[in-house]
Amino acid sequence: MPVARRALVLAASAALLAACSPSPAPTTSNNAQPAGSITELDYYADEQGSAAWQKILDTCAGQTGVKIERQKVPTNQMLPKVLQGASSKTLPDLLFTDNPTLQQVAATGALTPLADYGITTDGYYESIVKAGTYQDKVYGVAPGVNGLALIYNKDLLTAAGIQPPKTWDELKAAAAKLTKDGKYGLAFSAIPSEEGTWQFLPFFWSNGAELSQLDSASSVKALQFVTDLVNSGSASKSVVTWNQNDVADQFVAGNAAMMVNGSWNLARLDEQQSLHYGVVPIPVPQAGAKPVVALGGEVGAVPVTSGPTQQAAGKVLSCILSEPTMLEWSKAHAYIPSKTATAAKFGAGQPAMQAFVDEVGTARSRTAELGEKYPKVSQALADALQAALTGKLPADQALKAAQQASGS
Amino acid sequence: MTLVAPAVTAPPRTGRKPRRDNRFAAWLFLLPALGYLVVFFGYPLAANIAMSTQDYTVKSFYTGEAPFVGLANYAAVFGNPLFSAAVLNTVLFTAGSLLFQFGIGLALAVFFSGRFLGSALLRSLLLLPWLLPLVVSGAVWRWMFDQDHGVLNAALRLVGLDAVPWLSSTSWALPAVVLTNIWIGIPFNLVILHGGLRAIPASLYEAAALDGAGSWQRFRHITWPLLRPVTGIVLMLGLVYTIKVFDVIMVVTGGGPANATQTLTTWSYRLSFGDFAFGQGAAVGNVLILVATVFGLLYLRSAKATLAEAAA
Repeated sequence: MPVARRALVLAASAALLAACSPSPAPTTSNNAQPAGSITELDYYADEQGSAAWQKILDTCAGQTGVKIERQKVPTNQMLPKVLQGASSKTLPDLLFTDNPTLQQVAATGALTPLADYGITTDGYYESIVKAGTYQDKVYGVAPGVNGLALIYNKDLLTAAGIQPPKTWDELKAAAAKLTKDGKYGLAFSAIPSEEGTWQFLPFFWSNGAELSQLDSASSVKALQFVTDLVNSGSASKSVVTWNQNDVADQFVAGNAAMMVNGSWNLARLDEQQSLHYGVVPIPVPQAGAKPVVALGGEVGAVPVTSGPTQQAAGKVLSCILSEPTMLEWSKAHAYIPSKTATAAKFGAGQPAMQAFVDEVGTARSRTAELGEKYPKVSQALADALQAALTGKLPADQALKAAQQASGS
Repeated sequence: MTLVAPAVTAPPRTGRKPRRDNRFAAWLFLLPALGYLVVFFGYPLAANIAMSTQDYTVKSFYTGEAPFVGLANYAAVFGNPLFSAAVLNTVLFTAGSLLFQFGIGLALAVFFSGRFLGSALLRSLLLLPWLLPLVVSGAVWRWMFDQDHGVLNAALRLVGLDAVPWLSSTSWALPAVVLTNIWIGIPFNLVILHGGLRAIPASLYEAAALDGAGSWQRFRHITWPLLRPVTGIVLMLGLVYTIKVFDVIMVVTGGGPANATQTLTTWSYRLSFGDFAFGQGAAVGNVLILVATVFGLLYLRSAKATLAEAAA
């Protein structure tokens, strides 16, 4: 057993524990001197996203005259890093974090309302404003949002004579028909974390279920639908171990004819010359219904630091949220601009993105209803998903257990 | 023969009772190590114990306010249906890993104690799992375990067996992570046991061979008993390391599917960073520390006994 590496893990947990020492609340200095440089923290760690984000930061550094010192961490290190920063008073001056974690960070009192910097939420999608609002104040706004859609392999569907599915029945039939020659009809992610919940929510919400009651009839029906796709063999049993990158890998390799995935993966698909894909909104329970996906994307927030750096961070954030930068970022990272008018302009020029743009209009914020309680409910729902997909529990019992776990 | 009176010389006074400044100097030398222990082990441990008695939320990180709740976190953890599952998984993971790591490590150590061409080269190649970052080995195993396209199932199909749902079935996932951990742990056992084997005098084997002992008898009556002190150390260290394995499970299964590979360590992480119940996460961590400490003390005792044996 690698002694040193285990020791590293121990040291990491020790560092984590050390970060938990109680400390007094911060004092905000009222010094109004403009700050020349700020620190910024984000989790765009993949090469492509990171480069695109760096360009945005460079643009805004040029426009505002503020020097930006960037720090990036892997996605799963974001919250631990922020918590450490919160307890040691070393938070970055500008923070970009996954929107469902904003409630947790805002609840600590470590963030400042964006109104302080003259940032308004006029013209933004209501759902993204909701995601960034904690106790009636807006603490985070996203320059771009994302969601999930159904991405399909045009060649495989054409060969099978199938139209891209619009309803659950069509999806089921199409997935069954496309499952052959060692290929699965559909791939999605159902791992035991927020990522799994995020992929299930479009089925859950589109069927009218609510996070406040996980074991409702419409919730059971949604879980049963997904479970049937796996049990019938139309989707691999491995979905319980695939994250969204694995799903994209399966799709690129031609092992799946359709997949549920996000717009940020389109650039990867474009790299494959021989792959022809199309994008449609996530199929809905009945024809004519609107798909309800969960809203994804990172929100920018300004932590409590000191007067001048807060003002400088606010200036940079305003620049990132301005229309030209918003469009530039959305194009570079396949996000949808978070202002409705900008999104419409953007969708018109990008046919592959139109499905995502359409869905953002009806997308929901994961935390709007539950606020800080969301992570626990999300864990419980991911557990139910895993229990049902592995056949450990029938869908209704899995959700009953989830409701109990999330309520306690 | 003249009887010589035994020269009973009193030990020098200074050796028996160190003078005050000597003792002071001794403490002075101990100070850095002591300081290190207090800062890097004592403080986190105390903080973790304190945390397990508090309602520690995300907010507490910033404000420092975390109400004292006594043993409520422990009650919540022990009352959680996942607790018994996590304990059982931890026991199975630890026992399974240790048994095979040790068994295979010992077999390889005995094999390599014979001198043959390429022995040193092969032995160093076997250290590879030890040199790889755990995240890398974990990711590679995850890829090999893939149900439809993994190399393990391809091999099984080649010999006419059915594919195994390694990571997607609740009954196979735990054996799969144990298998990964065994592979990672073999070099440690191999290296230490190989060292232990080299310390056994060759003359014993020569004598045994002259007496007509076969290879099994030589192993049974010379190698095994003389290797016992090293065996104890390897197993005890192995136990303490294995019980707190986190990264291997996290990378290969993330604790799933359906909590089938959730051990105390992964559950502690999940409670802290999934549910944000930091107090409960700390409580699980403390249970683990307690178990590891018990075995650590047992190890110290056995090491002491071994030392005494060697001195006798």
